[in-house]
Amino acid sequence: MSERAVSTTDSSRSKRSIKDFFLSRKVVPYVFVSPFIISFLLLFLYPLISGFIMSFQTILPGQTTFVGASNYERILNPTFFKALSNTTVYVILTTVILTILPMILATMLNSKFVRFSNVFRASLFIPALTSTIVAGVVFRLMFGESEASLANTVVGFFGIEPLEWKFGAATGMFLMVLLATWKWLGVNILYFMAGLANVPRELYEAAEMDGAGIIHKFRHITLPMLKPITVYVVTITIIAGFRMYEESYVFWPEGSPGNIGLTIVGYIYQQGFRMNDLGFGAAIGVVLMLIIFIISILQLALSGTLKKGE
Amino acid sequence: MKKRSLYVMLFSMLFVILAACGKGGGGGGGDGSEDAEGAEAVEVIGSESKDATELKFWTFNALHIDIYKDAVSRWNEEFPDRPIKLKAEAYPYDNMHNNLLLALQSGTGAPDIVDIELGRFPNYLQGEPQLLPMNEYVEPVKDKFIESRFDIYSKDGKNYGLPTHVGATVAYYNKEIMDAAGVDIDSIQTWDDYVAAGKKVVENTDATMTTLETNDYWSYWPLIKQQGSDFFDENGEVTISNETNVETLEFMRSLIYDEKIAEITPGGGHHEEEYYGFMNDGGAASVIMPLWYMGRFTDYMPDLKGKMVIRPMPKWTEDGNRSAGAGGTGTAVTNQTEHPELAKEFLAYAKLSEEGNIALWRVMGFDPPMWTVWEKPEIREDNKYYQYFGTDIFDTLLSIREEIDSINITEKNPLVQEQLSTNVFNNVLRSQSQSAEEALKEAEAAIKNN
Repeated sequence: MSERAVSTTDSSRSKRSIKDFFLSRKVVPYVFVSPFIISFLLLFLYPLISGFIMSFQTILPGQTTFVGASNYERILNPTFFKALSNTTVYVILTTVILTILPMILATMLNSKFVRFSNVFRASLFIPALTSTIVAGVVFRLMFGESEASLANTVVGFFGIEPLEWKFGAATGMFLMVLLATWKWLGVNILYFMAGLANVPRELYEAAEMDGAGIIHKFRHITLPMLKPITVYVVTITIIAGFRMYEESYVFWPEGSPGNIGLTIVGYIYQQGFRMNDLGFGAAIGVVLMLIIFIISILQLALSGTLKKGE
Repeated sequence: MKKRSLYVMLFSMLFVILAACGKGGGGGGGDGSEDAEGAEAVEVIGSESKDATELKFWTFNALHIDIYKDAVSRWNEEFPDRPIKLKAEAYPYDNMHNNLLLALQSGTGAPDIVDIELGRFPNYLQGEPQLLPMNEYVEPVKDKFIESRFDIYSKDGKNYGLPTHVGATVAYYNKEIMDAAGVDIDSIQTWDDYVAAGKKVVENTDATMTTLETNDYWSYWPLIKQQGSDFFDENGEVTISNETNVETLEFMRSLIYDEKIAEITPGGGHHEEEYYGFMNDGGAASVIMPLWYMGRFTDYMPDLKGKMVIRPMPKWTEDGNRSAGAGGTGTAVTNQTEHPELAKEFLAYAKLSEEGNIALWRVMGFDPPMWTVWEKPEIREDNKYYQYFGTDIFDTLLSIREEIDSINITEKNPLVQEQLSTNVFNNVLRSQSQSAEEALKEAEAAIKNN
């Protein structure tokens, strides 16, 4: 009996000490951040590192061999540069369009002169809920090359000959940017609306008393007050642009004529899966990561976001 | 006490999250194979009995499931002591081939039996093929088959894939348009005849003679194969820019721009919605495609029923070949199956038996790779293909049986397809920014450097 009593006290003591350990001021913060740390390690760092290792290998079932930097040596080929230039043009266009247009639209929707602004807000947001692939199929039909397709009927009103939308470099880029704009406009408007909600009304009232017009108010109050949101929108649009894939895939599932729609991610997919060259695909992925990293840092530095305590 | 329950709650949340992470990280592959997420069609075929062995089958074309529906019911009748339950899942083309690649690469999640399209098959032969050799079943019947159809799915003398069809390339003529143009279809014997007929068609009707693909290679590959050329020779050396290939591509260009009897296929290829509509409305008088293309006519171009006839391809020389084998689907057993013997035997039963080959025609309208069944009475039974194209399909096939040379396949075939469909056809046929020779030389360099 007495022995048993002793062991119970022992176990309750050890239980308490475990509990004390987890609840001590030093440990508890780590326990609480551990879900994030663990998911970061498992779902981000581990794939990152193994992707990096894969980029130095040739990977075939049962025959994985290290090949040094030969995957990287192969990257600098015309197809890669074509993909890079396509992606860069796409990033520039989407970033400009998807920053300026939503900002103007959000300001307009926020103005008290626009009626039914809730209806517009909702309808502009709906495309974001649609799958790019589904929307793309509709776009593909709208921009068919026959004279009777919707887009060619529209340009026909202006006396323009029917276009082969999917087969020209410029029209192809136009299709991708249009699809992206259609889809992401509403989301970006939402960001800007949230930013506008934080602009104090008093500033506008004060400006009005000083006799400022709409343009002046926009230029000197709205724009500076929206800067943090603008930086955020530009950053995610650039990153999304470099990662773009569906917008191209949906128009040209089997590869585009003259690679007009090939993006870097599309190139990774093509080489990694279509050509079963996972090592080479991983190497392109590493290069893409570096590009995004450098551009993001540059952009944050230029916009002053990295400066402390401003 | 209140504080303590808060801690309990937080910790339990933590464990739930961790458990979720662990599952996502570790069991991803296995999970994916259990539920058929993203499948276009799922069908469980066959025996309901408990001792039925379940086999999983993946395909990229939901129509192919019908072949196995037929085979499973015959199997279960013939071997009641070894019933099979086939779980057939159809995924989109890219999706299925990628899933299979990753499953075989990682060693888990692959089905027992799988359809692999010719254009992707070389990917699965790289390294150590993760498929099971079928030689024991293929060798006894080899001489009854168009043998080259096994070679394209083989490596180092081992046959991994069983063919689904011959893919004999033929000419489909729209008789109504040809009659209006005053051309007797049977008088077209050579490509010169074809061009002359084309000129009459363009002169006398609103239609063009034919269409040429730019986003796929079916307008090109059969034409060079007919002349004994290919993208690779028997030793796997790249021959894509040889004289025959350059001249043939130049011939195609001249059909469009000099002779003006051909157009670039609306939509870029013969599998595009634009083309189906164009052809259905009588846009072109003919098209050169393999026999498996029949199904697209019956399914997507209903207005041409009774108007289309099938004839051999025009030949290049007096004694030249009038067809070429093109395309294909190899069905294989993966090394991840738990029932390798049963899976192999069933697959052989479905694909290598006479009944199986007759079913390939009856169910799918494919030209069965076992040529000995071509003359069987069962083949002549009426079906929707005879109703659409007339009753002489197999007379045409039998007349060209000896002329169906097959293609040479190497690990680099996916690369060739990519080069042709993105650069070569676009630059030579569409934008005319390169000559046939320049474009093919450039493609050859790209293939060699990869």
